[in-house]
Amino acid sequence: MGNLLTIRDLRLEAGPPRAPKVILEGLDLDLDRGEVLGLVGESGAGKSSAGLAAMGFTRDGVRIAGGGIQFDGIDLARASQGQLRRLHGRRIAYVAQSAAASFNPAHRLIDQFAEGPLLHGTADAGAARDDARALYRQMQLPNPDQIGFRYPHEVSGGQLQRAMTAMAMACRPDLIIFDEPTTALDVTTQIEVLGAMRDITERYGTAAIYITHDLAVVSQMADRITVMRHGREVETQPTQRMLEAPEEPYTRSLWAVRGIQKPAATGSAPPLLTLEGASAQYRGFKALDGIDLALAKGRTTAVVGESGSGKSTLAKVIAGLMAPSEGRVLWEGAPLAGHHGKRDKRQLRDIQMIYQMADTALNPRHTVRETLERPVGFFTGLRGAARRARVRELMELIELDPEEFLDRRIPELSGGQKQRIGIARALAAEPRFIICDEVTSALDQIVAEGILKLLIRLQEELGLSYMFITHDLATVEAIADEVVVMKDGQIIEAGARAQIFEAPRQAYTRRLLASVPQMDAGWLDRARRDAAEAKSLEAAG
Amino acid sequence: MTRLNKLILSRLGLGVVTLFAVSALMFIGIELLPGDLAQQILGQSATPETLAAFRAELGLDLPPHVRYLDWLAGVVQGDFGQSLASGREVTDLLSTRLANTMFLAGYAAVIAVPIAVSLGLLAALWRNSIFDRTANIGALSAISMPEFFVAYLLILVFSIKLGWFPTLARIDTAESLGQALRVTFLPALTLIMVVIAHMMRMTRAAIINVLAAPYIEMARLKGVPRWRVILRHALPNAMAPIINVIALNLAYLIVGVVVVEVVFSYPGLGQLLVDAVASRDFPVVQAVGLFFAGTYILLNTGADILSILSNPRLRQTG
Amino acid sequence: MTVLRSAPPTAIFGLLVLSATLLLGLFAPLVAPYGETEIVGAEYLPWSAAHPLGTDNLGRDMLSRMIYGARNTVGLALLTTGIAFSIGAALGMFAALKGGWVDQALSRMVDVVMAVPPLILALMLLAIIGPSIPNMVGVIAVIYLAPVFRLSRAAAMNVVALDFIGAAQLRGEGTLWLLRREILPNISSTLVAEAGLRFCFVFLFIAALSFLGIGIQPPTADWGSMVKENATLITFGDVTPLIPAGAIALLTVSINFIVDWMLHRASGLKS
Repeated sequence: MGNLLTIRDLRLEAGPPRAPKVILEGLDLDLDRGEVLGLVGESGAGKSSAGLAAMGFTRDGVRIAGGGIQFDGIDLARASQGQLRRLHGRRIAYVAQSAAASFNPAHRLIDQFAEGPLLHGTADAGAARDDARALYRQMQLPNPDQIGFRYPHEVSGGQLQRAMTAMAMACRPDLIIFDEPTTALDVTTQIEVLGAMRDITERYGTAAIYITHDLAVVSQMADRITVMRHGREVETQPTQRMLEAPEEPYTRSLWAVRGIQKPAATGSAPPLLTLEGASAQYRGFKALDGIDLALAKGRTTAVVGESGSGKSTLAKVIAGLMAPSEGRVLWEGAPLAGHHGKRDKRQLRDIQMIYQMADTALNPRHTVRETLERPVGFFTGLRGAARRARVRELMELIELDPEEFLDRRIPELSGGQKQRIGIARALAAEPRFIICDEVTSALDQIVAEGILKLLIRLQEELGLSYMFITHDLATVEAIADEVVVMKDGQIIEAGARAQIFEAPRQAYTRRLLASVPQMDAGWLDRARRDAAEAKSLEAAG
Repeated sequence: MTRLNKLILSRLGLGVVTLFAVSALMFIGIELLPGDLAQQILGQSATPETLAAFRAELGLDLPPHVRYLDWLAGVVQGDFGQSLASGREVTDLLSTRLANTMFLAGYAAVIAVPIAVSLGLLAALWRNSIFDRTANIGALSAISMPEFFVAYLLILVFSIKLGWFPTLARIDTAESLGQALRVTFLPALTLIMVVIAHMMRMTRAAIINVLAAPYIEMARLKGVPRWRVILRHALPNAMAPIINVIALNLAYLIVGVVVVEVVFSYPGLGQLLVDAVASRDFPVVQAVGLFFAGTYILLNTGADILSILSNPRLRQTG
Repeated sequence: MTVLRSAPPTAIFGLLVLSATLLLGLFAPLVAPYGETEIVGAEYLPWSAAHPLGTDNLGRDMLSRMIYGARNTVGLALLTTGIAFSIGAALGMFAALKGGWVDQALSRMVDVVMAVPPLILALMLLAIIGPSIPNMVGVIAVIYLAPVFRLSRAAAMNVVALDFIGAAQLRGEGTLWLLRREILPNISSTLVAEAGLRFCFVFLFIAALSFLGIGIQPPTADWGSMVKENATLITFGDVTPLIPAGAIALLTVSINFIVDWMLHRASGLKS
């Protein structure tokens, strides 16, 4: 029994009462005062619903179908709307995933901060404003005395997320629900936000439920971790024990994901694709600034960077979706036309792309067969039985059973299956070079691992060259031969995988590497220290 | 100049350009007539001499762009030329009728707008309740009825059977405001019923859209009471869409007026336009058409500007 | 059939009215007791066994004209909607796919058309080219092409932004393939629902024009002009002129009910 929150045998349902869809089943949670519980799971595990249920709140169409939620002696599952309203914001507060969408665009930050204390009668307007400034300062927001007078759209994402945590703190609640608060942030921003959140909950002894899909993040924040899957609890352990000795096979499989690593490439390979002083701009904004880069034949080059670094623009320029404003792109030494419409069919075939969102990369109105038959016919000119045979061959290459899948429509596939079809479509052209644009970032970890293994195998069998665009350094470590680090449209550093990871030359690269969450409890403290140092170094030049 | 002023000026400019485009299109349309205007009016049997004389009278012997600019210069000074059917100054024909049409549309708007917005608000708040469903079916039915059906139905009940209101809205014979309001009650009611249905549905949709935003859930999770969620969190963000809904429906009123005026023999612009179209009295058609189009464009431009002003994103960053 | 079973009573009502109207219109010559323009007796005869709805202002059988009116009014509305939709949707998708000056040019033209209230624009255009059935169909089709263009452009824009269009373009697919095979299937449900609504507008619009004497011209039977022709009867407390008007309302309500249900189903299926 937790002395603050006790959830027993909770069941949430959605849809028609006669044939309900179960969101949560048999969930037990306990939380003591001042304790931080991590809720971890992949998408659809029910962790957000569980977090909201801890507030006695369900989204439209979802209902509490059984079990109890005791918060400090109050049964939230049976409490009246009025009772809940008095608790919400006052004793239980909520921090949402997207701060940009969860702040009301029509009001200033400080007015939204003060709304809670005024409504709940914990402070008058003047005191609430003073408190807002104090909390903004504690959350390490820049310019804490004035920042509250801005509107949400005038403040960056990382700052908004901290302002939202400050707002949640406004009435000094007993419990805060953090619902994936850093998922939308870049890794270097994430460190600052995580640190500020942890400091403030510790300072006021606030209990918290921290919801995330990222094990490394939760291991920094939580005292105990509950792993969920398909609306059920899988395992609950104290953080240290969970990291060192998880008991359930599913939990162990989550830990094992980071185990793949492609053997290091040996010797040198001739360049396949070369960029010479390539720049590109959007409406006068230089998204790519004088890029010189050679991508080696048969190798995997990973391009890493945070949002806005220009890595996606680089992919567009190579693919011919965007013409370079200066410089040029060479394919085996011969210049490539800037726009794909001006490239010949052989060049179009050679360079293929796999996309981040398999959902939008495949036409949802087509079947798997239609998706694959068209490019096979279009590029190779195969017809009839030969084309059907080639499609089956492709299905076998991506390890999906043709009998089972060929006649399915795209929406009937899982995320990982869709991504495999996306790979098959690229292979249909019989390419030599494939651009992989964040191909695993929308996938759950286990599925992502399967995709990476498949790509490594295909590279060995078909002699493909890859360019991997990603922000995830764990992926880079697993599959890259060469690494290119980008920032503000320029290449900061490029080199072999081992060199970049073991002996980075640039301060930014070091900071980026240090920002990647690690699964040991002391990482966040180290990372904050390193980040502060690296930042001052970068500033120094 | 701030970004906001620039935005507003560009909207105003766009409105003016559109109005010019419409007037030019009208002019070109008439220009493309087989034969020419004089031939059209005088018929095939007219002698070449009378045709030539008539052309000179209408200024048809001048090149088209000169005539367009002449006409435009006249319009700017309030001179729309003469009616072909009656020979009277178009401006004279327009003036009293314009006031009448504005009176009727204003009468309907003053009653319809507050009712429609409140009904839409309530339907959105009590979504999927009996009230919402009944209102939805009622609104769908009202939208589906041609204005003349509603009008004749009202005449049959309130005028013929009950004898409360006159069948013809003879506003020109009304002696007091009270009497004017009484004789025009049925046409106003017809417009009100049709406009309320449209507006209610649009308001409801706009509010429901805002209520689905994450910041509304956030407000509820801060323990904000329901009425305050609506007034403080939903309404400021729903202002722009609601303003648009109102403008759109005021514009719709202007159009609905045409049919209603014909049913009730109301001496307004709509009636004038229909008569002028039937007798192919082009100067009148041009003038009235331009006026209706102008009002429509003005309302839409106004709505655009108001929604820009109600958006804190645009209001703040200079 | 399982789809129908889940339909609300309003939608079932709508489907019944719609199919009855379509059947009547289709088999008008077989069903109608008299000809469309045949003068069968005195003017304004009251309702009787021989003439269930009496006769009109020229002594033609009201019931027969109602039945022929279904054919003419609904048929022309279908034709007009069809023209507006095929052209509007095609141009909208084309503008979304091509972007640039093609999109700008088409969009600005549509803006001008939509800047004028439809009824006023129709009256002005018909004043210029003269009222006749082909002219009316053409003018209304042009006017309603504009909103269809906007909708299909907006819907297609969302699709064009998706990666599978980029993938097809990178493959070197032609415009026709992109429009027909990649974009159209993804916006067809939006277009179908919109077609239902637009049909209602067009239908009401034709009725209004005919009522004003500028749409379908006599002696062709149509519900709008029938109201106008017999309006005097209202002043004598006779409801006969309300029957064609009511028929217009009934059919429009029915289609609106069906569309409402379809939209509801579509949004329900998505979530």
